[in-house]
Amino acid sequence: MTSGYHSGFIAHFSRDVLLHYRRRSDLARPLVFFIITSTLVPLGVVPEPATLATLAPGIIWIIALLATLLSIENLFAEDWQDGTLEQMLISPNLLVMPILGKVAAHWLMVGLPLTLISPLIAMMLYLPAEGLLPMLLSLALGTAALSLVGAVGAALTLPLQQGGMLLALLVMPLYTPILIFGSATVQSAIDGLVWSGTLATLTAVLALAIALCPLAIIGALRLSSEY
Amino acid sequence: MTSNRKWTWFHRLGSPRWFYHKTSQWLPWLSIVTGALLITGLVWGLAYAPEDARQGNSFRIIYLHVPASVLALAGYYVMAIAGAVGLIWKMKLAYIVMRAAAPLGAALTFIALFTGAVWGKPTWGTYWVWDARITSMLILLFLYLGVLALRNAYNSYEAANKSSAILSLVGTVNIPIIYKSVDWWQTLHQPATIKFTGAPSMHPDMFAPLLVMIVGFYSFYALVLILYSRAEVLQREQKSSWVRELVTDKRDRR
Amino acid sequence: MSAEPIITVESLAFERNHRLLLAPTDFSLETGEALHIQGSNGSGKTTLFRLLMGLLQPTQGEISFRGQSIAQCRHSYLSELLFVGHRAAIKETLTVEENLRWLSPNPLSPEQVRAALSQVELDNYADIPCRQLSAGQRRRVALARLINSKVKLWYLDEPLAALDKQGIAVVEQCMQSHLQVGGSIIFSSHQDLAQTATRNYNLTAEGSARD
Repeated sequence: MTSGYHSGFIAHFSRDVLLHYRRRSDLARPLVFFIITSTLVPLGVVPEPATLATLAPGIIWIIALLATLLSIENLFAEDWQDGTLEQMLISPNLLVMPILGKVAAHWLMVGLPLTLISPLIAMMLYLPAEGLLPMLLSLALGTAALSLVGAVGAALTLPLQQGGMLLALLVMPLYTPILIFGSATVQSAIDGLVWSGTLATLTAVLALAIALCPLAIIGALRLSSEY
Repeated sequence: MTSNRKWTWFHRLGSPRWFYHKTSQWLPWLSIVTGALLITGLVWGLAYAPEDARQGNSFRIIYLHVPASVLALAGYYVMAIAGAVGLIWKMKLAYIVMRAAAPLGAALTFIALFTGAVWGKPTWGTYWVWDARITSMLILLFLYLGVLALRNAYNSYEAANKSSAILSLVGTVNIPIIYKSVDWWQTLHQPATIKFTGAPSMHPDMFAPLLVMIVGFYSFYALVLILYSRAEVLQREQKSSWVRELVTDKRDRR
Repeated sequence: MSAEPIITVESLAFERNHRLLLAPTDFSLETGEALHIQGSNGSGKTTLFRLLMGLLQPTQGEISFRGQSIAQCRHSYLSELLFVGHRAAIKETLTVEENLRWLSPNPLSPEQVRAALSQVELDNYADIPCRQLSAGQRRRVALARLINSKVKLWYLDEPLAALDKQGIAVVEQCMQSHLQVGGSIIFSSHQDLAQTATRNYNLTAEGSARD
């Protein structure tokens, strides 16, 4: 794009939201995955309220993490194949905002819906009531960080066939702090402790991700377009 | 393709051929120093250092465990910095060093975990415990494996190098965050842990051989890294004249 | 028209994995000129375009834009160029009009959209998702962005592929108007242009030769 017209966050954000919306049947997938996999927990462990309640914060977080991971794999694939990525890379303007717009659109259409149906899962797994608000807040912020870090992995594995498992392998270690702070927020609330500090730490991790991930993503995308 | 770069010291540093010949001179004495340090450290630590009050003789595994852990972590930074140099200055040698550092660091991380498990059994009765440091070390192993996996997934040598360099840099930023978060996580769940004997609280008689072992491991790391890099240099430059001369001549040129 | 060429390529070559993908190439492009890059498959045409766009770094040689290396004046260079390649950068799920608006560098008024669509003879297709178009129609959407373009440099990789005679005529028309206002074009094609004067340039595996 040759002018500032399309270089902004909003332009790319709204376009990607529109593109997600045009394939809205695909949007249900992460949500269904979330619900189905959560059902596996009582089936695989034990349907006892006390046990499930102890596991709930972590389990909900882990499954939300996996759902995000599965959905992020093809973030750049379509753009790469139809030549849109090429056009982005020959734009004279900085790519940071377009990339943030794209990942924000992914969060809006995947991460936020996951957050919004988490109360349903919380009910199924007997999450104590004190944990509900921290769960919503930590998932809302956490899935954004997960989308950002996952996008780095997606960009790095873009030219590879069957990059899915590899993507998970690369990104899981990087996800551990997000998971730790996210589920600890919920757990602290359930234990009756102050949880705002942990949530603040999660927010700080998100802020760091917003600042640094786009650089890694752009480097990886330029690399992918050379091959 | 010949390069017309000016021979500044920095760019000479990037020449694989220069590296190969320089390190041929260093290797003999580096090997001696490494051997001396490791043997001194091991003998001192395993045989002569006093027994630990609580753990008896089983604590002696730290003379392997701690240096391996230190180098596993330091090695990741070596790999990441080499990758950064390769990305910024497009230096072939930097990528070669990065490629050497990856399996070496992964192996050291594995040794650290294994020795940690060996230590765990007599100390806590289990091979595995979700201690902060061990867990961080496990995640570090996954970071290394990720870099190796990404590198192997690419068919193109250059693409593999660049992508694993980017991933290493991403991991570098994450490592302090991971360590801190795992540390914090662990304090949430186990407020009273048996701490691995931290350096300041260790008796100097126990600490001194540990220090020797740590320095010895650094030396060992440098030695193995250089050996590995040299092998990779020969492989990558196999078509060039100086390598052919070297291989057919059978004498190492000075 | 200024005497200095707008683009100069000197000893440009690209090597990867010990294979020479583009042999050392020299040429220059004047304002108001169309350069037709010819060569068999594998002679390096795609590589040349990627080097020209800055997506690849050359292993040797330099590309200059108005006398300056493109590495130095990246922003001004990329602001003045437009590339249409094999892959049309068309989104299937978006309509023709939506794609057109996105690919245009400037905001378009409804009249401009209608004018562009009628010029590529896709008048009634404004609200049709591009998934439903044929390859030739999609190419016309991709090339419709040439109509409202104000940039100086057009790089077109096989612009006439999948087009019928009418489509080719429209594209040639666009190219001619562009050249007349002082724009320049580098394009590759297996066919010659019927109505436009072009300078030909042959890429071969050993090196390049002027036609």
